Amino acid sequence: MPLLEVKDLRKSYGDLEVVRGVNLSLEAGECHGLLGPNGAGKTTTLRLCLGLAEPDAGEISLLGLPVPKAAREARIRLGVLPQLDNLDPDFTVFENLLVYGRYFGQADAVTRGRIPELLEFAGLTNRANSKIQTLSGGMKRRLSLARALINDPDLIFLDEPTTGLDPQARHLIWERLKQLLNRGKTILLTTHFMDEAERLCRRLSIMDHGRIISTGSPRELISRHIEPEVLEVYGEDVAGWAAEHGDKLAMRAEHTGETVFCYTSRAEPLIATLQNRPGLRYLHRPANLEDVFLKLTGRDLRD
Amino acid sequence: MRAKDFRPPALSLRFAHVWRRNFLVWRKLAIPSMLGNLADPMLYMLGLGYGLGALVGKVGGLPYITFLAAGTVCYSTMNTATFEALYSAFSRMHVQRTWDAIMNAPINLDDVVLAEAVWAASKSFLSGCAILIIIWVLGLSHSPLTLWIVPLAFLVGLTFACLGLVMNAVSPSYDFFLYYFTLLITPMVLLCGVFFPTDQLPGVLQAVSAVLPLTHAVQLARPLVVGVAPAAPAFHVLVLLGYAAVAFYVALVLTRRRLLS
Repeated sequence: MPLLEVKDLRKSYGDLEVVRGVNLSLEAGECHGLLGPNGAGKTTTLRLCLGLAEPDAGEISLLGLPVPKAAREARIRLGVLPQLDNLDPDFTVFENLLVYGRYFGQADAVTRGRIPELLEFAGLTNRANSKIQTLSGGMKRRLSLARALINDPDLIFLDEPTTGLDPQARHLIWERLKQLLNRGKTILLTTHFMDEAERLCRRLSIMDHGRIISTGSPRELISRHIEPEVLEVYGEDVAGWAAEHGDKLAMRAEHTGETVFCYTSRAEPLIATLQNRPGLRYLHRPANLEDVFLKLTGRDLRD
Repeated sequence: MRAKDFRPPALSLRFAHVWRRNFLVWRKLAIPSMLGNLADPMLYMLGLGYGLGALVGKVGGLPYITFLAAGTVCYSTMNTATFEALYSAFSRMHVQRTWDAIMNAPINLDDVVLAEAVWAASKSFLSGCAILIIIWVLGLSHSPLTLWIVPLAFLVGLTFACLGLVMNAVSPSYDFFLYYFTLLITPMVLLCGVFFPTDQLPGVLQAVSAVLPLTHAVQLARPLVVGVAPAAPAFHVLVLLGYAAVAFYVALVLTRRRLLS
């Protein structure tokens, strides 16, 4: 049975339909990524699944229980890492975990037994008595993740777990999330970082304008939607080169400013035309998830 | 507004977890907080009670400081609950997003709002007790009836906590609370018989005064301090409870609209 099953979910705010018929199914043990630009409807979908907002239409089953009807009961076995940290600033690291355990109706003895392991997991063992204000952004994020595990949940929602963190902090979080997956936890993750999605997710759903526009493993998505090789060409005269060669030889070419992205299954003929063009630089690489994402959601800025 | 926001309150004992969270934070700053609870009303009571009392003599058949002491119990418990339900609850709801964190756990908004109301009333209870001790220490009353001040402080706190939570639910920022103080709290302090008997007021203002909740609190507290049973105690208690119940429901509906859309 899927740990989370969403059917034809819809939600409008005023005239704006933010979620427009989302279908989603999470198998036990998988990390499923919800990938989309800002405003795609990812966070609203999570809120609906948590029972914090009422859908206009559709069905949600979370950990076998109907949401929003039995959302509270379902949350007993759920962990949530919110997009913005909301650790309790009036408490120390240790107290944050202890008090959060109480919200689950969990006996203090059980929580106290779990805290040392969680602090170790978060790399905060020697910060147990620190105030929240003294923690770095990365530490806060790790503590939030530890807090999401206080009830030893079966399913974990992670809303943009590494947004705003430096590379070191991001890698550490990814390492921890992999540990959780190895322990058999199921994760639903929203992100707009392709590398994060590629590293962690077994399956991805790309979401835009309130709809899921494609679902599959990272490799499937790449082979389904995009040519295997990419040649990025930069330089002042790139437009002239593209008109002469790029647009003709590539299967698909996208122009943005002084860069042309040429998508192709064979880059050699394109590279050959660049040999006598000292004004142009190029990068030849395999296609990746970001190319898929940009193809499906467009290159226009979202806010 | 959606129909769903108007559903009846779904309350449970889980509110106690949230209450306990607030208590734990308070405990860290208990001494400065208690001193704050005491200092302000004590200065009013001593300053006005002795200073003004020397000029006005007896008021309502009582030494002015005794008259004022009963009013101070009510006004101070009102203030404590109001500040807690406005500034502190707003911090937890809007600024720190503590409520969001709690609602990701298996606790629903209705229980969070209940916890805030009961918590603010608990702080009023403490502040009422503190003033009662001053009343005893200053020898303003020796009647065992003053012990009724203890539950009364909780009730008055609950009433004003619920009223404050209505404001909390609709405020975009802290600045907004000034309107509440200007339009509700200040008239309450000046028209409800805290500093002088309401029969000094012109008829129109007396009519306004009669419907304000603080009036009913004062009409319970003053006889208790004097050591006589209040007239129609059930009526005044019901008025306060009525304000609390209606305000709680309105606060809940508005908070649902704000946070659960």
